[in-house]
Amino acid sequence: MADHILSWMIFFPVIGAAVIAFVPRAKTEVIKTIAAAAAFVPLILAVQLFIQFDRATTDLQFVEHFTWIKTFNIEYFLGVDGLSVPMLLLTALLSFICIIASWKIDKAVKGYFALFLLLEAGMMGVFCALDFFLFYVFWEVMLLPMYFLIGIWGGPRKEYAAIKFFLYTLAGSVLMLLAMIAFYYNVTDPVTGGHTFNMVHMMDQANHTGLLDANNARFMIWMALFLGFAIKVPIFPFHTWLPDAHVEAPTAVSVILAGVLLKMGTYGILRISYPILPDQAAAFMIPMAILGVINILYGAFCAMAQTDMKKLVAYSSVSHMGYVLLGMAAMNEVGINGAVFQMFNHGTITAMMFLCVGVIYDRAHHRDINGFGGLMTQMPLYGSVMSFALFAAIGLPGLSGFVSEAMVFLGSFQTHRTFTIIAALGIVIGAAYVLWMLQRVFLGPKNEKYDTLPDISAREMFTLVPIGIIVLYCGIRPMVVLDLMSTSLNHLVKVVAG
Amino acid sequence: MLNVETLNIPDWSTFRAFIPETVMLGAFLAALLGDILSRRRTWVPFSIVLLACVTSLAYAVAGLDIEAPVSILGQLVVVDGLAAFFRVLFALVATITVLFSWSSEEIMGKTREHKGEYYALIALMTGGMMVMAEARDFVMLYLSLELVSLTSYVMAGYMRGSLRSTEASLKYMIFGAMSSGIMLFGMSLLYALTGSMTFEGVRVALTSGQADPLALLTIIVLILAGLGYKIAMAPFHFWAPDVYEGAPTPIAAFFSVGPKAAGFALLIRFFYTSMQPIVDQVDWPMLVAVLSVITMTWANLAAVRQNNVKRMLAFSSVAHVGYLLMAFLMLTDEGLQAVLFYLLVYSIMNLGAFLFVVAVNNSLKSEHLNDYAGLGFRTPWAAATMVVFLFSLTGLPPTAGFIGKFYLFAEVMQQEWYWLAIVGALNSVVSLFYYMKIVKAMYFTPVEDNAPVVRVPVMHMICLAALAVPTLVLGLSWGWAKALADRAVTVMAGM
Repeated sequence: MADHILSWMIFFPVIGAAVIAFVPRAKTEVIKTIAAAAAFVPLILAVQLFIQFDRATTDLQFVEHFTWIKTFNIEYFLGVDGLSVPMLLLTALLSFICIIASWKIDKAVKGYFALFLLLEAGMMGVFCALDFFLFYVFWEVMLLPMYFLIGIWGGPRKEYAAIKFFLYTLAGSVLMLLAMIAFYYNVTDPVTGGHTFNMVHMMDQANHTGLLDANNARFMIWMALFLGFAIKVPIFPFHTWLPDAHVEAPTAVSVILAGVLLKMGTYGILRISYPILPDQAAAFMIPMAILGVINILYGAFCAMAQTDMKKLVAYSSVSHMGYVLLGMAAMNEVGINGAVFQMFNHGTITAMMFLCVGVIYDRAHHRDINGFGGLMTQMPLYGSVMSFALFAAIGLPGLSGFVSEAMVFLGSFQTHRTFTIIAALGIVIGAAYVLWMLQRVFLGPKNEKYDTLPDISAREMFTLVPIGIIVLYCGIRPMVVLDLMSTSLNHLVKVVAG
Repeated sequence: MLNVETLNIPDWSTFRAFIPETVMLGAFLAALLGDILSRRRTWVPFSIVLLACVTSLAYAVAGLDIEAPVSILGQLVVVDGLAAFFRVLFALVATITVLFSWSSEEIMGKTREHKGEYYALIALMTGGMMVMAEARDFVMLYLSLELVSLTSYVMAGYMRGSLRSTEASLKYMIFGAMSSGIMLFGMSLLYALTGSMTFEGVRVALTSGQADPLALLTIIVLILAGLGYKIAMAPFHFWAPDVYEGAPTPIAAFFSVGPKAAGFALLIRFFYTSMQPIVDQVDWPMLVAVLSVITMTWANLAAVRQNNVKRMLAFSSVAHVGYLLMAFLMLTDEGLQAVLFYLLVYSIMNLGAFLFVVAVNNSLKSEHLNDYAGLGFRTPWAAATMVVFLFSLTGLPPTAGFIGKFYLFAEVMQQEWYWLAIVGALNSVVSLFYYMKIVKAMYFTPVEDNAPVVRVPVMHMICLAALAVPTLVLGLSWGWAKALADRAVTVMAGM
């Protein structure tokens, strides 16, 4: 298992799903235990990756390289660098926690956990793949489980949300598919002289021929990729699938959606668009910064207008992904490091918020912000945990969100002064919607209806506490994560900014 | 003075290349006789035809490693890589159709008549399709096309008592006769222009002499009308939804892959042999490109509105013709390989999707989307295979449909038809919507309490699995299947 650590991280959940398929439907406890075990192994491997990862080199590590389809030069090519390791950690952690958080699922248990494990495999694959074809396969493989997870186990408007998510994402990915084919035919493999899907070869500008020599064509390909990734992030105006999907999805699936899937968009831009088309990336700085600012402010204002807690958290994701875009648009070391760190932190913080919303929804069976009041006295422990998550989301110093947002602003202030100043407003609005919600739900006179609500359970605490510790620890000692990625990201900045 | 040499009587060594179709045509006669002699015991013709299908498949597979084209009857028919590939495809499709017809209520129900003849007709049609893939002469083209068409008309009207089935048959025949006539006119013009009845002769004549571009364009349009009808290309596709909906589902399943692939075989052979040299004079690839865009867009948009699964799948099968035409008009070996590979993949997944409809129809007597509610929980394994087929038809990895579409798009991109690739890709997104309508009904819509039990016969389950497994396997390891398609193009006659 030590040799092919990445493959095991991807395929162990698949094995788990296959085993679950043969367990009798009625044995739900067995199914859940298998699922938890199948998600726990990748988590252990992720920790091993974290320990063994060499932080000093820009080289790809843990590489696995085999030929898949010879005639078309498709390779099974996995490897990680400082950009992918934090994402893999996040995926492994959230997947395991979400399986635990799904313990109370009672509808079609077998299908739920099998699909969840397949979803995990797809996500892991995306963050490991270095062959574009393989990347695309993993990217698409995630759609199927996600569609079913929203559509079968979702809320009242699940059907609409599921197909909307699917259509949006597929529209983005077919454009990415065409861009991929364009790369294939216009990149030569320096060793064989043939065409290649190898991303490492694609990143070397010396291998570009044909179409990729023409600026217009490069711009078109950049835009096709950007649209594909923008829908996933989601960048305004392609964000409309997100509130629907997040609200209708069951809690654990919302966590994965916000915590991991959104990161794939920005990961794709940093993994593929930036290094393969650095000139286009540099030329796209201003639009990217503007889109970032729009996301920050628009998301924040929309969040403020929500009365549904889950929808509020969903829109706060739109806002927080804006910071990632702004950091990426900065094109300097602080900015990009901040952006990737923000990706990681947003994953953990949003996961906490969604899990907290799930806790109250399981008890009260609604999420109307105005329908509660004074919950702090009824559920003090829950109130504290939720407040912790919400403060982290605001960017309270000492918690991880602060560090990454500060880095993003530090970076972008150097390149986009005006935009940064406007974007800083987002912090204020962010504090406003979060505190206002906190006030309406937890403070004020107690709502008599909820006199009997039990406080947060041990299982729920078990899902929240580990993330909470990470949020706190990353706030105090951010270098734990920043060390992982800075070498690779600084190298990326050199490539793009020249 | 009669010269025996000029009669071109085939000797045994050349005849050996033609065993698969001979077996099928022989099985037709044997099944008819068997049906009568056994006093209409259906298992007799069924066994004869099934045995013939398997034998034919075995010989067809053995014939795949053909080294050089073999012709008999002069230039009339030829067995080359292309024909060998299509024969395997047809034998495979026929075998599966025969197998799942056996447990289908629509074919074998108590009130049905002439069940034995049904199997005999499948054998006849399969033999006809094989000859279609081998024809390289206008006489043979027309004869084989009509053989398949006439059999189709009869089969579409198999449910004699059903108004829908009879209507389908009549519609099919009127459309078919019309487009055959148009095509014949085109062929006669071409003969007048070139003085040749063979594809090769036409090619030589067109290459050597300068023909009037307008005349050539007229001929191409007329012949496209005839062949376009067979493959259900817009705007000659109107019959398809009605016929597929009206005909018994196993027959519709067969129509949507068999004759369609055979039509493509003819299309490929005729256009790649005879019409390739005149691309400079008449830009017919552009004409086909426009038709391909119309075909897929029209069919996809029409399918979105359907609530009858069979009708939806009928439109979907029209849409796939559009995708196939995209790569067909590239006029390259790679494009042709992509078309052949996609036809193979399409046959498997489309047959699978229709077969699921057959299986459900057995219990529910309905193809309406509303009756599909909760099938994912009422018959979990069969529904799971349907999900595989639908994802594959959409073109999502890790299914064979994705790989097939990938090769189509890759070739279109390489030949720098970017707009065509973009239209095709966006069409895939549209198609997702209606395919997922079926998935939605099966999994997301709650089951009503009084919903009838769905019992999928063992034979159907075996067939579904036999189609779903390759759909998945070819999505992960397709090198060997692609190699077959590549080889078919390499050993193609007259290229």
